[in-house]
Amino acid sequence: MSGVDERAVRTEVRAWLEQHWDPERDLVSWRELLADSGWGVPHWPRAWFGRDLPVALCGAIEAEFEAIGAVGVARIGIRMLAAATLLEHGTDAHKSRFLRRILTGEDTWCQLFSEPGSGSDLAGATTRADFDGTQWTVNGQKLWTTSAHHAEWGLLLARTDWDAPKHQGLSYFVIDMTQPGVSVQPVKQMNGYASFNQVFFSDARVPPDNLVGTIGGGWQVAMTTLAHERRNADALRRWGEASTREGRIYDEERAEIASVMAPYTWYPQRTGRVDLALARARETGRLADPALRQELARLLMLSRSSEWLAQRARTAREAGRPEGPEGSLGKLAASHVARQAAAVHTAISGADAMLAGADGPLDGLIAEILLSVPATSIAGGTDEIQLNIIAERVLGLPREPRLDGGPFRDVPRNPER
Amino acid sequence: MHYSFTPEQEQFRDVVRRFLADQSPITRVRQTMATTDGIDTVLWRRLNDDLGLAGIHVPEALGGSGFGNQELGIVCEELGRALACLPYLSSAVLASRALRHGATPDEQATLLPRLVSGAATATLAWMEGPHWSGCGDIALCARTDGDAWRLDGRKTHVLDGVTADCVVVVARDEGRDDDGGIGLYLVDGAASGLHRRALASIDATRPLAELEFAGVTAQRLGRAGSGAAALARTLDDGAVALAHELVGAAQAVLEASVEYARLRMQFGRPIGSFQAIKHKCANLLLELELAKAAVYYAAAARDAGDIDSAALASQAKAQASEAALACAREAIQIHGGIGFTWDQDTHLWFKRVTCAAVLLGDAAWHRERFLALTERAA
Repeated sequence: MSGVDERAVRTEVRAWLEQHWDPERDLVSWRELLADSGWGVPHWPRAWFGRDLPVALCGAIEAEFEAIGAVGVARIGIRMLAAATLLEHGTDAHKSRFLRRILTGEDTWCQLFSEPGSGSDLAGATTRADFDGTQWTVNGQKLWTTSAHHAEWGLLLARTDWDAPKHQGLSYFVIDMTQPGVSVQPVKQMNGYASFNQVFFSDARVPPDNLVGTIGGGWQVAMTTLAHERRNADALRRWGEASTREGRIYDEERAEIASVMAPYTWYPQRTGRVDLALARARETGRLADPALRQELARLLMLSRSSEWLAQRARTAREAGRPEGPEGSLGKLAASHVARQAAAVHTAISGADAMLAGADGPLDGLIAEILLSVPATSIAGGTDEIQLNIIAERVLGLPREPRLDGGPFRDVPRNPER
Repeated sequence: MHYSFTPEQEQFRDVVRRFLADQSPITRVRQTMATTDGIDTVLWRRLNDDLGLAGIHVPEALGGSGFGNQELGIVCEELGRALACLPYLSSAVLASRALRHGATPDEQATLLPRLVSGAATATLAWMEGPHWSGCGDIALCARTDGDAWRLDGRKTHVLDGVTADCVVVVARDEGRDDDGGIGLYLVDGAASGLHRRALASIDATRPLAELEFAGVTAQRLGRAGSGAAALARTLDDGAVALAHELVGAAQAVLEASVEYARLRMQFGRPIGSFQAIKHKCANLLLELELAKAAVYYAAAARDAGDIDSAALASQAKAQASEAALACAREAIQIHGGIGFTWDQDTHLWFKRVTCAAVLLGDAAWHRERFLALTERAA
């Protein structure tokens, strides 16, 4: 498929690792070495910490890292979306200033897109950035911001032109999250956790050099970030997988992961935890109920066929066919699986489904499933948006007439809060 | 397991699709439906003379093409899309598979080439009432009469039962009530004592019949005691093939619905621009794609000799039945009043799907079986 021989690449990376890998090193200095070698992100350009290798080879390279036990560059969180966006739209100054500290894990990033008034309709953002000739001043509010509470930098989508049509009045900035004009508060969710933040900007400052892309061209840049968010979904699922090996660098990596992961221990539960269903049904004696058996069979079939659908999509991708609608189909399927799983867990639990914490089934895990599943059909694009995407882009059905053309100033929107 | 289609398989699908679009357009389906036999014999001949499709999955030594369940599935999917009026499921799938699983090599060498060439058709008669729970339901009695066997009893819901040149009958040895007494028998369609009556079916594209056996002479197939296992494998093969047919039919009606929603104007805009319609279509696509994933996986698993292939067959049939029913039901809804008329074609697929969804076990039956098998494996 590619002109690069996998075996040769494996040999080369193995030799490099054998020469340089040392588990007693500190995490940042190892990652600096890794970044400069190009082996940390081999699919990136040579000029920027990579080796211009095809993405298809990254798995083989990762396998070599795993074999020797070497720690990779920092990857969890929003930082890789920031890196991908800056690689595509950033200036050389942006790249040399930000990319290295992204890879070493010294800087944490967050994505400032969603707002209380614009969720599905992301381009309806009303956080404003005004230029006074020397710098930008930012005012407004963002919501659902992962990692904002410990981020150094934010990827900000803000309105810079209120007379332009909705999508053309937005600009994209890198904003310093540690300045006084930025305040971050946790948002408590219905399942009791507080995994995300709301971010308030009150005369926050952004220097003109921190504009990414052109003034008014922010939407295109944001699309790049979002495309990588979808593509990274698989990788993000591996969040929180820390090595169990011993050594100073592993301790540091584990601490890093634990700190990032702390607010997300409920994430596995939002999928519905299909893996628990059959065994629980058997252990509770409920497997004899014909009505439950039907629903359980539905769940297992749905869950398996979703995996096979994703597998078909992956095979197509690997065969070089373009990324199709499978992403939207897969996301929608995941919502169905999660809902059906919640229904099955409820049926297995009977009246115990009312109970939480130590009183609840599986020490409260079932309650956590029931209260986390509703996130699945909303986060990362609601089911309704996925249905629109499938209907319009896959089936070719016409778009709905829109009421948000013309100057953004005149577009009906939510009242300011 | 690798279960996506190869370029050669995609090419094969194109050939079959083009052939059927050309040779069996819906106007021809309507003509065939109106005939007494309900089978397009000209199309059957071409299908076999030009493309050799009745033997696609049969080894070359027996006159076939030597391909597997995936290629058989492609044919069935395209037949479902085109709604072709052919004895394919009855003869090429059920009877042919029953012979492969249940007959001795010598019997296969004698019988299969004629089915593979399409020169003769056969069918499988196993049902005796509206429900099927296993070989325990079989009462049709086989008794020896000198060197010959004679059958007495009744079979129902027999696909193409009136036109089939011969019938593979599942019968029970006289005096036996265990599965070891189940055997497969070959009966000539014109045998004396065999009374064949066409049943009025909702789906005029696939004839059904009731067969009465009164001392009918039969040839016993295979080794004694092997009938039940051969039947089980055959019915699973049939379920996977029929699941392919269902997703093919579902794809056809969904495409027609989407096309109609794109063109039909109400309230000054295409109805497909309303989320009530577009979300319906997108949900149908999701259900169909999930069903296809299960169906293709099941076919690949059978070719790979997967030990879970019985559970996978049930999963395929359950999901394909429900997805196809949803697509057909909503196709009529999306077409509105015109969809309820005889002249509009949607009802033809609706009828095929309604019947195919219950044939060889409905979704609930297969869900229960899937769970029982999964439970045992876990």
